Parts: sequence; C-alpha cells; structure tokens
Amino acid sequence: MKRFGPASAFGFVIILAWCLLPVAWILMLSLKPSYETQAGSPQFFPNDWTLQNYVNVMNLDLFRRALVNSFGISLIATVLSVTIATLCAYAIARLDFGGKRFVLGIALAIAMFPVVSLVGPLFQMWTTFGLFDTWLGLIIPYMSFTLPLAIWTLATYFREIPWEMEQAAQVDGATPWQAFRKVIVPLAAPGVFTAAILTFFMAWNDFVFGISLTSTEAARPVPAALAFFVGPDQFNPPVATLSAAAVVVTIPIIVLVLLFQRRIVAGLTSGAVKG
Amino acid sequence: MKATPVPPAPLSDRFRAENRMGWKLVAPAVVMMLLVTAYPMLRALYLSLFRYRLTAPDDREFAGLSNYVTVLTDTLWWTDVGNTLFIMVVTVAVELVIGFAFAMVMHRIVFARGIIRTSILIPYGIITVVSAFAWQFAFSLNNGFVNSWLPFVAQDFNWFGSKWPAMFAICVSEIWKTTPFMSLLLLAGLAQVPQDALEAARVDGASNWQRFRKVIVPNMRAAIMVAVLFRALDAFRIFDNIYIMTRGAQDTESLSFLTYRQVIEQFELGMGSALSVLLFLSVLLIAWLLVKLFRVDLAAARREA
Amino acid sequence: MASITLRNIVKRYDDGFQAVTDVDLEIADGEFMILVGPSGCGKSTLLRMIVGLEDVTSGDVLIGGERVNEQPPRKRNLSMVFQNYALYPHLSVFENIAFPLRLSKAFDEAAIRAKVNAAADTLELGEHLERKPSHLSGGQRQRVAMGRAIVRDARAFLFDEPLSNLDARLRGQMRTEIARLQRRLGITTVYVTHDQTEAMTLGDRVAVLRRGVLQQVASPRELYDQPVNMFVAGFIGSPPMNFVPGEVDGRQLRFPFATVALDEPRAAAVAGRSLVMAGIRPGDFDDASMLDAARRSAGVVFPAVVDVTEWLGNEQYAYVPYEAPADVTERLRALARELDSDALRTQLVVSLDPQSRVGEGESASLWLDTSRLHLFDLETGENLLLRA
Repeated sequence: MKRFGPASAFGFVIILAWCLLPVAWILMLSLKPSYETQAGSPQFFPNDWTLQNYVNVMNLDLFRRALVNSFGISLIATVLSVTIATLCAYAIARLDFGGKRFVLGIALAIAMFPVVSLVGPLFQMWTTFGLFDTWLGLIIPYMSFTLPLAIWTLATYFREIPWEMEQAAQVDGATPWQAFRKVIVPLAAPGVFTAAILTFFMAWNDFVFGISLTSTEAARPVPAALAFFVGPDQFNPPVATLSAAAVVVTIPIIVLVLLFQRRIVAGLTSGAVKG
Repeated sequence: MKATPVPPAPLSDRFRAENRMGWKLVAPAVVMMLLVTAYPMLRALYLSLFRYRLTAPDDREFAGLSNYVTVLTDTLWWTDVGNTLFIMVVTVAVELVIGFAFAMVMHRIVFARGIIRTSILIPYGIITVVSAFAWQFAFSLNNGFVNSWLPFVAQDFNWFGSKWPAMFAICVSEIWKTTPFMSLLLLAGLAQVPQDALEAARVDGASNWQRFRKVIVPNMRAAIMVAVLFRALDAFRIFDNIYIMTRGAQDTESLSFLTYRQVIEQFELGMGSALSVLLFLSVLLIAWLLVKLFRVDLAAARREA
Repeated sequence: MASITLRNIVKRYDDGFQAVTDVDLEIADGEFMILVGPSGCGKSTLLRMIVGLEDVTSGDVLIGGERVNEQPPRKRNLSMVFQNYALYPHLSVFENIAFPLRLSKAFDEAAIRAKVNAAADTLELGEHLERKPSHLSGGQRQRVAMGRAIVRDARAFLFDEPLSNLDARLRGQMRTEIARLQRRLGITTVYVTHDQTEAMTLGDRVAVLRRGVLQQVASPRELYDQPVNMFVAGFIGSPPMNFVPGEVDGRQLRFPFATVALDEPRAAAVAGRSLVMAGIRPGDFDDASMLDAARRSAGVVFPAVVDVTEWLGNEQYAYVPYEAPADVTERLRALARELDSDALRTQLVVSLDPQSRVGEGESASLWLDTSRLHLFDLETGENLLLRA
C-alpha cells in the first residue's frame, strides 16, 4: 500500500529533470550555430536552431572513423567477452569444483582495478608486439575488464535456473551436451543478452585505453576522439560540433536503453543485492 | 552428526569429471583477466625500479626504490591523494543521500515505471567523456547556463579558474552521472525490506523518520555497503572527468590522472610505473579498509538484532 | 519392465557423512515399492542412485538383473517424476511430453504425435497441449510431468515426493490417479515420500528408512500390525502410536494409569525385564461406557482425567495426560524429534466412539484392548513380541 502524494509527484519530476537535463543541454548546444557558443550568450535554448553541426561532424573523417572503430571494437569485444563469461558463469553456478572462489575473487579484483596503472606496461608491451594503435590492441583489454561484470550478471542469472531440469533431461535420455543445448541455452538466452548489453555499454564508454593505446584514427574510439577535437581556435573547443558528436554517440545508448530498460535494470540490480 | 570414523571415500569419477570440466570452462576467462592485469602489473613493478624515460631507452639504469621515495616525498603526490580522497568522500556521501531519496520516490511510483527506468539508465549509459563535456560547457563562463541560473553567482565567474570551484564542477559531473545508478542499487535493496516489518512499525506508532531509521536502514545494510564499496572505489579511480574538464589544471589532479600524465605525457616509464604500483596498492588499501569497516558494522548489527 | 535390485548399497559423501548404510532391497517386476521415512533418512538419495544421478559408494544396483552402477541416467531407460516437476518452461506441454521421444531419434513425427496424444488422453491433458507450463495449475503440471514419464516405455517409474507441493485435497485426488495408473500400466514403480498416508495407501510393499538404514520392508498391513521396532511403530499410523513406560511385575504390567494382566506370549516376552516400553494405538482404547460387558472383559477398564477432546464427526480423540519418569520423557522426546513431530507430552491419544460424551476436564472410564498391546525394549526399541 504505497501512498502516492504530492511529495512523490515532486520527486518524480525532480528525478526526470536530474537525469535528462544535461542530455537536453547537450542537445541544445548541438542545435546552436557556432557563433552562439563562442562568447557571451549563455542561454539554454538556441536562438537560431540549426542542424549544421551535425553535417559538419559527419563530414569529419576523424569522427567517422572513430564511430566505425567504436562500433567494431565494442561489438567484437562484447561477443568474445560474453561467450567466455557464459562458459565461466555456467561452471560457477552449476558445477561443483574447487576453483569457484578463486575465479570470483579474481573477477572482483579486476572490477576494482585501477586501469590507469596498466597504461605504462601495456603501452610498452603493445608497441613491442605491434598491437599499438590496432583494434586487437583495444579488444584485449576491453575483454578483460568487461569480464567481471559479465560473469557476475550471468552467474546470478544462472543461479536462478532450476537445475533439476538438466537432470530431468538426462533421465529422459539426453547427453550432457544435448541437455545443455536444448534446455539450458533457451533459458539462459535472456541473461546472456542482458550481459551483452551491459558489456557493450562498458566497452563503448572506455576512455583511458582509447587515448593511451592509440595514436591515429586507425583504432581510436569515439570517447578518445572527442578529446582530440580541435576547432579553428586552439583555446576554445568547438563546442557546437563537439555537442553534435556527443549526441550522435549517445543515440545508440538511448535506443538500447529505451528498448531494454527492464532487462538492464534486472541485470544490474540482481547481482548487487545478493552481494 | 558425523558417522563413525571411516576411511575417506575415493573421489568418484563424476566428481573428478566435474572438476575437470569446471576448470576447462573457467580457464579462458581467468586467462583473459590475468593476462592483461597480472603480467603488466608485474612488469610495472619491475620497471618501477628503474630510471627510465621512453624517449631515451638506452639510458635505463637501475634505481632501486628511489622512484618510490621521490613520489612519496613529493608534495604533488600528497596533494593529489588529498584531491582524490576528497572527491571520493564527497561524491559518495552526496550520492548516498540523494540516491536514497530517489530510491524512496521510485519505490512509491507504480505507474510510468518505464519512463523512470529509462531516465535513470541514461546517465549510466552515457559516455563519461560526453557527460564531462556537457558539464564543462555548463559551467563555462562563455556559454554555460550555470552562471545565469544560479542567482548568487556572478555572470562572469570562471569556475575553472581556481581549484575549489573547479573541484566543485568535477564533483557535480561525477555525482550527476552515478547517483541514478546508486539509486537503482538502493532501490533493489529497498524492495527487499520486509513489508510486514514496516506495517508492524506503523501500527506500533512509529513516525516516517523512525521507520526509516529503525526498519528500513538496518534491513538494507548489505545493499548499502555493496553500493558504497563499489562507488567509493570507482570514485577513487576518477580519471575521465578530470581529463576532460580541467586536464588537471589548477591543482585538480587525481592519482589516476597523475599516473597517466607521467607515463603518457612525460614518457617517464620508471616513475610512471612506480605511480602505477602505488595507485594499485592504494586501491587495495582502501578496499581492505572499507571491507573491514563493513564487517565490523555488520557484526555489530548482528549483535544488536 | 524390469526388476530392480539393490545390494549392500552404501552412500558416503566427501565430508564423511554417510547417507545410506548397507541397504538391501529387491523390487519385483511390476511391483509398487514405497520408500518412506522422515526427512534426511536417505530415501531420495537411494532413488537417485537407482536412476543414476548419484554415484554409489559401494554396493550394486541391478536393473533387470544387469549391474548398472557405471551407466549414466540416459542409458538406464528409467522415467522419473521430480518433486518440483522439472518441466521445461520454454516448451509447450506437447513438446515437454515429446522431449524424450525426440531425443531418442527412434520415432518419426507421426509416431511421436500418436504417443504424446495417447499419454495426454490417459492423463486428461488433451486440451492443454499447446500451453506453456507457467499457465498451468499445480495439479496439471504434475500430470505433465507424469505424461513425460509414461510416454517412454521405460523399464520402471521413479517418483520423488511428487505430491508434496500440492494442497491436501489435490494430493488425495492425485494419489488415486497414480495408483490407478500404475495398476493399469503394471510398470515397476519406486515411490519416495515422507507422508505415511501415501505409503500406506499406494504401495504393494513399503520400505521404512531411518538415517540411511533400512528398518523394515513389508506390506502396509504387516508394518501396521507387526512393526519391527519403535521407530516403525511410531512412524506408521495416524494419529501415531502411544508409547507408555510399563513396569514388569510378574505377569502384570504396571502403567502410570492402570495395571494390566499379560497373556502368555506377552508375559514370556517381558520375562526377566523390569521396565519396558509399551505401544498402544489410539484405536485400541475406547470409552468403557459405550461397550457391552463381553467386550469390556476382554480388556482393562481404568479411570482417567481427560484434558482435551477433538470431535471430528466420524472420529473423536481425547488427550489424557499422565506422569512418567524423567528419563523416559527424555527418550520419548528424542523419538519424537526423529519422527519429525513436535515434542510429545506424556499424554495418551485415545480414539473414542464419536457418540461418546466424555467431556473436557472430566474424569471418565476408559478401556484398553490388551490383546493388541505392543511391547518394545526400552534400550534398543526392538519389538519384543517378534523376537520369539
């Protein structure tokens, strides 16, 4: 019996405002012509609405390449990471073997790891192995750092599956592989999907590796590329263009969130509560 | 209820097979995770014992622990430690309070759950760099709205002109992005508070605030601690916001930023490696302290119950 | 169809806990065998060893005369109905039942359809075939689980507490369904339950287990009339048997509430002992005032104060407290814990004629049928009458 009064309505509005305000702000900036963003007109809404910034940004080679890089690298890293995490999470949730604690411990340690500490050695290693400024050079660290979240989400999800079904399938005549394929996989699919979304978000968001392990637009992903946007004036960042780029890069996120918000929330919170 | 002492049963085939399969399944994940962390960290440890500039690789010379001494006696290091801890404590505290408020509101709302959920996830999904830019522009004296919206601030106030206003802006950006996520975690914990305990408290005459303090919070201890632990460690490692908003200017560097700067911008591999190791150890220390603190707290709670 | 034989089965876990100790059981082809006992007695473990989901530490499991210890479940051709049904939530009822058939690859689509429909008809699931398990009631899900079991022409059916998740009325209905089904199909069945009512009503023979050790294997009637020890006597029968300490005095047995003369066999059984535990079923008592003289003289009449009565229409129970020495009370309490029941007060549960007007708090004349008295050794719990 929840009482919904004016306080809750007020809270609702505040939450919406909180979450959407900066997004709206960036959107507004992207719709302003560049002179409005130079000096002295700190208005929220544009005086002259324009889509020129989007045209400009999509014409930028640097940006287009960065988009391609981000999509490609994040997707590949996600697919690989989730595949490995699924196998690992299955073992943790289902099988009885000695290393469970060890694996979960490592995952936890990686989740708490200060990524910046790796920049030095990785920079050196990658230049030696020829992985510097390549897709693979980013895919590998992305996989490592998204694995803990993926494993955690999947393990929690797998724990919810009533494993008796696997035994029933075995009694019905299935080999362990058949039981896995025909019974477990369809049930695990939603969890795998959620883990994939969360992993993709994490990979898409990376900045540290993006700026330290790349030097050209061969492999530079979008967040890093944004940091290198330089406009006509060295000391004034091209705000309007940058904002347009930011909006473009945020659209996939918003789409994914809109479509899958229920799943995402379930994936994020189930693990957290059970600790 | 132990049986009379019998010789240990031989490991059954099934148990051994399951064990083998288990290790086979987790191996790729473990290798992947350790490959990019364990080996490089060891290398960093090794390199930290050298004076080594990447631009002059042949001048590499063994220096023992002198890099560490240099770092630990440098005021910049300690300033940055202070900055980082400040950000960690302030952001987590504020996020906890506001996040809790949000969680309570979301708990009560039954309709428009989809809208709220989507909104809450947007700050989570948005790229940190994008959010950093957004707030940088917002606080910018040329084209930001903060100066015009806040009545007690001069129109031409330069937030990024001095340390504490810049830190404030950085904290705002960080808090904006992660409070919704915190509120989600707290909401999940809130949903686990037993309804009947709350109703019993109501019947017993407890006010809203008393119910909050005596029923809700104690039952959410675990959720709160998990949320605080992860957020605190995240905040301690802050990098993106600082890079974008101030590039570390005006003394606003964090430890992560300092490490990055030494390695990538200064090419000081030796010093940078020492910083990397120290950063890693600091995180371990903070994590250990927090876990200890929580264990003590949880144990106390259990005794009270 | 096949017989199932268990020889010297022992199950020990890695931590040393021994779940099953030296169980020997012969289940004939087509027989309905029940494994019953309180929770933790090893009955489910035994069942799972038969089907192959648990390893056997030592001993042999034979199905149709062939040793199957090393065979995985899928090779043993047994069907199992799990406690929580273990239905596949992503498949329709039809597909759930068809699942084992599709796996065997021995049937074409038409044959599968025919078999599934036949099973569905037997269990009256015809109209639910296209629905998913989440849309079915508990009883319907139960039947789907059974459908999946019977569609296969397995050598035996195994049931692991299939009715424990159903409400009482449904449980009664499904019990008769299962009995009917088994009689029709005539397949060897092993059924695990902790409910002694199911054990008594369903089985050809019942195996009573206690902490992994087989106590007695016999028909329900034999278990009821000739329990081999106090545990079996206390487990079978509802309301449970009363256990009362009795002092031996020559050919008499002295209870706290009455003194009884023993007949020849009973007197011989207690010879040489000073204290024994007597077992009296509630039904062996009655209200003395409701009986005719002939009946009355076949037993013993004694006065008692009735504490609480429960009148249920066709039955009536009265609770009669009495004093007992402390160590006996302690032993009774330990026994009660094992039987998964609440701590017994030292009181008699007495079944009375429903017409009887005995009132609460009043004193009454009760009668005890001494020819049906059970006698147990106080230390070992053995049935003294069966020793002879």
